[in-house]
Amino acid sequence: MKLVPIAALLAVAFASPAALAQKKYDPGANDKEIRIGNTNPYSGPASAYGTIGKAIGAYFKMVNEQGGINGRKVVWVSYDDGYSPPKTVEMARKLVEQDQVLMLFQTLGTPGNTAIHKYMNMKKVPQSFVATGATKWNDARNFPWTIGWQPNYQTEGRIYAQHILQNNPKAKIGILYQNDDYGKDYLKGMKDGLGDKASMIVKEVSYEVADPTVDSQIVQLQASGADTFFNITTPKFAAQAIRKAYDIGWKPTHYLNNVSASIGSVLKPAGLEKAVGLISTQYLKDPLDEQWKDDASVKAWRDFMGKYYPEGNLADASNMYGYTVAQTLHQVLKQAGNNLTRDNVMKQAAALKGYRAETMLPGIRISTDAGDYAPIESVQLIRFDGQQWKRFGSIIGK
Amino acid sequence: MTRRQLIPIAILLLVACALPLVVSNYRVFQFNLVLVYAIALLGLNILTGYNGQISLGHGAFYAIGAYCAAILMDKYGVPYWATLPVAAVVCLVVGFLFGLPALRLEGLYLALATFALGVSLPHLLKYHHLEKWTGGVQGIVIAKPDPPFGLPINADQWLYYFTLAVAILMFLLAWNLLRGRVGRALVAIRDNHIATEAMGVNNAMFKSLAFGVSAMYTGVAGALGAIAIQYVAPDSFNIFVSIVFLVGIVIGGLASISGAIYGALFIQFVPNIADEISKAAPWAIFGIFLIGFVYLMPMGIAGAVRMGLARLQRKAQNK
Repeated sequence: MKLVPIAALLAVAFASPAALAQKKYDPGANDKEIRIGNTNPYSGPASAYGTIGKAIGAYFKMVNEQGGINGRKVVWVSYDDGYSPPKTVEMARKLVEQDQVLMLFQTLGTPGNTAIHKYMNMKKVPQSFVATGATKWNDARNFPWTIGWQPNYQTEGRIYAQHILQNNPKAKIGILYQNDDYGKDYLKGMKDGLGDKASMIVKEVSYEVADPTVDSQIVQLQASGADTFFNITTPKFAAQAIRKAYDIGWKPTHYLNNVSASIGSVLKPAGLEKAVGLISTQYLKDPLDEQWKDDASVKAWRDFMGKYYPEGNLADASNMYGYTVAQTLHQVLKQAGNNLTRDNVMKQAAALKGYRAETMLPGIRISTDAGDYAPIESVQLIRFDGQQWKRFGSIIGK
Repeated sequence: MTRRQLIPIAILLLVACALPLVVSNYRVFQFNLVLVYAIALLGLNILTGYNGQISLGHGAFYAIGAYCAAILMDKYGVPYWATLPVAAVVCLVVGFLFGLPALRLEGLYLALATFALGVSLPHLLKYHHLEKWTGGVQGIVIAKPDPPFGLPINADQWLYYFTLAVAILMFLLAWNLLRGRVGRALVAIRDNHIATEAMGVNNAMFKSLAFGVSAMYTGVAGALGAIAIQYVAPDSFNIFVSIVFLVGIVIGGLASISGAIYGALFIQFVPNIADEISKAAPWAIFGIFLIGFVYLMPMGIAGAVRMGLARLQRKAQNK
């Protein structure tokens, strides 16, 4: 069976020597298709993120109907890893060794990606645009086959530090952070951003994911006399922190990390009136935001959802995320042209020059090069006005 | 052992040895995991199947074994094979100590106590005072061992053979332990502990020992699993691991040594099949498989095989 396509390929090759010179393939790519592998938590504790994998699958279904990428169909092979690292390893090996995919794309979660990090680099198969904000994916020298996508946590932490230094150089900063690599990445970004002014931080308190509340931490921060609050928490704790600070009458300048900037799952449960004045960051258009109601790209996204992923939730920003990151890969594969080797795909992923998908906020661009594996490095500051996030200031970052 | 018993075992061993030479590396890796699970299930079966003590927390011992191997390899440069005895001893002691207070708990209460162990361990692994050893949420990445003596096989195949050798040793030990005096005492305690006590068996000692030995098996499996996966993290050992082990021994066959192998094949491959059938609800499909097996093979796969063979034998005799 396998001989037939090879024979066909040979026939084509002999018929036109020029084609042979141009077209180059690694496993997972040929004249007809490009196979792309992925793991996502479709089950288990993090299954809410599984919609990203489905949205990406739907996106490529649309691309295929419109003729594919450079005439090749994209075959999206996505497996459930239940957010369990051993399963991620097993599925990544299946994708690489058995399904023979050209590359992995958007494998989700810091633990799972850590588990396959060495393997993918040893196999020299791209682990591209991973779905985690950890900073370690930007390490082109030691791990040239792994690249991130979203603004990493340290970058975001540095941006808040810049804003504090510009607007209130005498601020007394109190920080609440989740005691894990995610929380510590943000903390490091903030400290790096403050530089020799790190003494502005008057109090740091942490919490564990298993803690029932962060009430006592908020009281401690208030007692420290801090007038600026950097809130590094995941959605449940963010809602608790916002509410508690309001209830005990603590009114600091409140910076909330992008991880919890969702109106639906954080600010509403906390109470919208308690969240007025919060500062956070965004890099994608929020589908619930009134100002994008008539925006062409958001409309296109809504049409896409209606036609290719009708069971998906229009209020879930993860679907916007999946759609946007899939466009980025689309661009990379378009750039790769007929040279679909793993080496070239990685080279193209690290050669995006000012690319933007229209569903990113105005002014946000992706630029990468051989030493810079951090695609989105700029964000927009936003402030909550009691109804919605309002953008203010210019785009910050690189 | 009779010749009739020896022949299938010899065939099984032959197949197990030949396997890595005929299938792809990815499959070798999967069968490596099957062997790991088989050892873990055998351990749980000693406790639950033979001794009647239900444990919903064996994932914790699996995790302790895994972290023993990872910490020793990563922080102290101990070779991978030397981590197994350490993991075995640590888990034996921890299991034995946990078994002592657990003695006062019967049936469902013991299940809850072990459940608590399984639920809490991942959080303990994240505890920040332990972080310099456990690596916290980030976990520990370890290197895959290369085949020694310049053997002409790759790392996956070598690790498979290494795991196979350990598995054979562990199965032999278990068979030796369970077919004699100790095994009879364990089963007797399960069936009627008062009568057993009256016959002069030290119930408390046997139950604690069963706990310890069971934990030891699962710990060795954990260490082998960590070496195969090359990574340990708290997220790898959530409560689901414990539940899946229990599923494995029930499906494979309680109080049966061969049941551990059937169970391991089940927990390794059926979730993958379920995922291929439906992305929307993989665990619902898994549940259907589970119900199907429980209805069709109430004594587990091992029981069904035994009954099938017995029926064939009767037919042969009647002719």
